[in-house]
Amino acid sequence: MLRDNARSFLSKNAPIAHLRQLRDTPDSVGFSRKLWKEFAEMGWAGILVPPDYDGLGLGYVEAGVVMEELGHTLTPSPLLATSVVAATALVRSGSEAQKKAFLPRIAAGDLIATLAIDEAAKHRPEKTALKASNKANGFVLSGAKTFVIDGHVADLIIVGVRTSGSPGEERGLTLFLVDGKAKGLKVERTSMVDAHNSARLEFDNVAVAADAILGTPGQGWKTLEGALNAGRAAIAAELLGAADEIFARTVTYLRERKQFGKLIGEFQALQHRAAHLYCELELARSAVLKALQTLDESFENAGAVVSMAKAKAGSVATLAVQEGVQMHGGIGMTDEFDAGLFMKRVRVGQELFGDANFHADKLARLNHY
Amino acid sequence: MADLETFRKETRAWLEANCPAEMRQPPESEEDTCWGGRKWVFKSEAQRVWLERMAAKGWTVPEWPRQYGGGGLSHEEAKILREEMRALGCRSPLDSFGIWMLGPALLKYGNEQQKREHLPKIARGEIRWCQGYSEPGSGSDLASLQTRAEDRGDYFVVNGSKIWTSYADKADWIFCLVRTDPKAPKHEGISFVLFDMESPGVSTSPITLISGKSPFCQTFFEDVQVLKANLVGQLNKGWEIAKFLLTHEREMIGGMGMTGGRHRSLGEVAADTVGTEDGRLADPVLRAQIASFEVDSWAFALTLDRVGDLFKTGQAHPAVSSMLKYYGAELNKRRLELMVAAGGSEALEWEGPRSRDGFTVRSWLRSKANSIEGGTSEIQLNIIAKRILNLPGA
Ligand SMILES: Cc1cc2nc3c(=O)[nH]c(=O)nc-3n(C[C@H](O)[C@H](O)[C@H](O)COP(=O)(O)OP(=O)(O)OC[C@H]3O[C@@H](n4cnc5c(N)ncnc54)[C@H](O)[C@@H]3O)c2cc1C
Repeated sequence: MLRDNARSFLSKNAPIAHLRQLRDTPDSVGFSRKLWKEFAEMGWAGILVPPDYDGLGLGYVEAGVVMEELGHTLTPSPLLATSVVAATALVRSGSEAQKKAFLPRIAAGDLIATLAIDEAAKHRPEKTALKASNKANGFVLSGAKTFVIDGHVADLIIVGVRTSGSPGEERGLTLFLVDGKAKGLKVERTSMVDAHNSARLEFDNVAVAADAILGTPGQGWKTLEGALNAGRAAIAAELLGAADEIFARTVTYLRERKQFGKLIGEFQALQHRAAHLYCELELARSAVLKALQTLDESFENAGAVVSMAKAKAGSVATLAVQEGVQMHGGIGMTDEFDAGLFMKRVRVGQELFGDANFHADKLARLNHY
Repeated sequence: MADLETFRKETRAWLEANCPAEMRQPPESEEDTCWGGRKWVFKSEAQRVWLERMAAKGWTVPEWPRQYGGGGLSHEEAKILREEMRALGCRSPLDSFGIWMLGPALLKYGNEQQKREHLPKIARGEIRWCQGYSEPGSGSDLASLQTRAEDRGDYFVVNGSKIWTSYADKADWIFCLVRTDPKAPKHEGISFVLFDMESPGVSTSPITLISGKSPFCQTFFEDVQVLKANLVGQLNKGWEIAKFLLTHEREMIGGMGMTGGRHRSLGEVAADTVGTEDGRLADPVLRAQIASFEVDSWAFALTLDRVGDLFKTGQAHPAVSSMLKYYGAELNKRRLELMVAAGGSEALEWEGPRSRDGFTVRSWLRSKANSIEGGTSEIQLNIIAKRILNLPGA
């Protein structure tokens, strides 16, 4: 039901042409606010927000279905950062006042939120160095963040901050809720290869009140990992959708394109690569589904399966776009053709919240080797 | 749901009471797997008792109907039984080609008399079956097979030979593909027959594998008489049965590598041989290969659960068994490559108690057959391309 609705809505209202239009016409937002309002009307913006705060109160499996469909159409939207990552952090660790203040507005599509965690080119959340110093009635934050999804339009930024210990330690992290318009916050929108939103943020003594802390001071790691895991599973679902789509288009092309007087799909070299990719996609599908289900059933214990799913979806989607471009030949290299758009988005999705290497390494550590 | 929970509790209690302690130890050698049959010598009393008790409940073949020696369990119940057996570490009481391959084919294509005759004996481990498909000239192109069966009224006379017949020398009966119409197009002149390996005119000659074991044979038929009652399905319509059976064989081979928990993990083996630095394997390249293997292996186990379930209940495309077979076989080969790499020179010992007679290195060599037996990896990819992806001319 949800899948069918999402598919038909997106193919009608936000097909790939929508992404092209956002990319090719100067625009300060990076997604369609009108479309986002429609997402909210269908309940998607508040898909994970409990009904007490005006959301649908559905689970990660359902959020994953929408993310997967967004992968088919490559539709830029705040769903990932606002409705999955930020909403998860707020729902799981927010005070009553914080939940009341933000969740209904997220569900209504009136508040864009995000998580600012990375500080360097590779995702290493425990290396957080951005620091907080005590000030009367609160703190001041200084440091920098990068690869912040929707960072230049976010009304609310959840910032990973080191309040004790040193970079490399999981202890001593605290999450702060910072207003996107806070004084001293410098925001630079970064133009990314996939034409989706990303920003660099500089915190130059940004003052925040004491009640801006999300969860327990110094013990933000658990909340952070939870939000990241939700985001990782969601982006894995999007990667799966994108991979399925480019694969379907590639197989269609193999059935249509002729060379040497034959359909190229008759060549066994291509058949075997396509068949192998089919198998890999089935594995990625199983992995992503299990990760989402585990978040619903046993959130705290989902770390390992989420890492497995993110690693698998990342590498399978990478293979899918590489084969997609190759099997289309020259036309696959043209901007006019969509294969490149899939390749670009998949590369960014692979990097977001840890690439396949990061997650394979994490799994190895969890398994003590 | 409540019923299933009750079933789970009762099953656990029954297994705890009835599974001998010895049968809860991980198998250490091939004889620890019970294959049954007239010639089977039980390795221990515990192995015999365990088979007897499970067979009495029909739990050697939990989902087969009760009248044919099965447990009559629903798919959900059978899954619970498997889960509880895994949780207690219970060994499978009986493994056999009858269970994996012939049984499903007879349930679908056999007549009532054939089902009553053969299925209970499979379930109780009384008759061991082998598979007479491949011939010296007909491997991947199986339908080109030449073994002939001529009509002599009440019976057929079979002449020809099969090759790579696993356990032919230990089996009691054979399910065999024979050509009954040499003039018809190759797929349309094949029949599926059953006969006793003790029939006059049947002989076998073992072939040694690179692993040093001789689990398979060349099998010869010289004027072997097969009663027509042992023809399964219709005359000349055996190819459909042959293919159906292969999907079950492939699904089974796909699951072979996922015996999880049974062996030491790759990470543990490598930690012993290459050592660790800061809790990580000291060989970072090997560590990365193991980690990426484990990602794939976990994702595959989940796929076996998800797709394998759909397959078993007839809700999946039959050709998904080719996906499971292909991926499972390649994965198991990868696992053993890594196991040998992690084990270093110790893993290369061929004989002697320290290496349990070369368990690792022989398993590694044996695994190379995974992508050949039951149809090669290339053939599985052909099937996926043609049947699932609908690619042209495949
Ligand atoms: C350990 C083991 C146990 C076995 N047990 C049994 C058994 O119990 N009963 C039984 O009947 N058989 C059994 N077999 C036989 C097995 O099914 C065959 O070996 C298999 O089908 C391949 O046939 P072949 O050996 O003749 O190889 P070939 O068919 O000659 O293949 C040689 C190579 O060519 C490739 N090839 C062939 N055709 C194509 C094509 N169209 N496209 C691309 N590549 C192709 C193959 O993939 C392979 O790499 C067993 C085999 C092994 C190794």
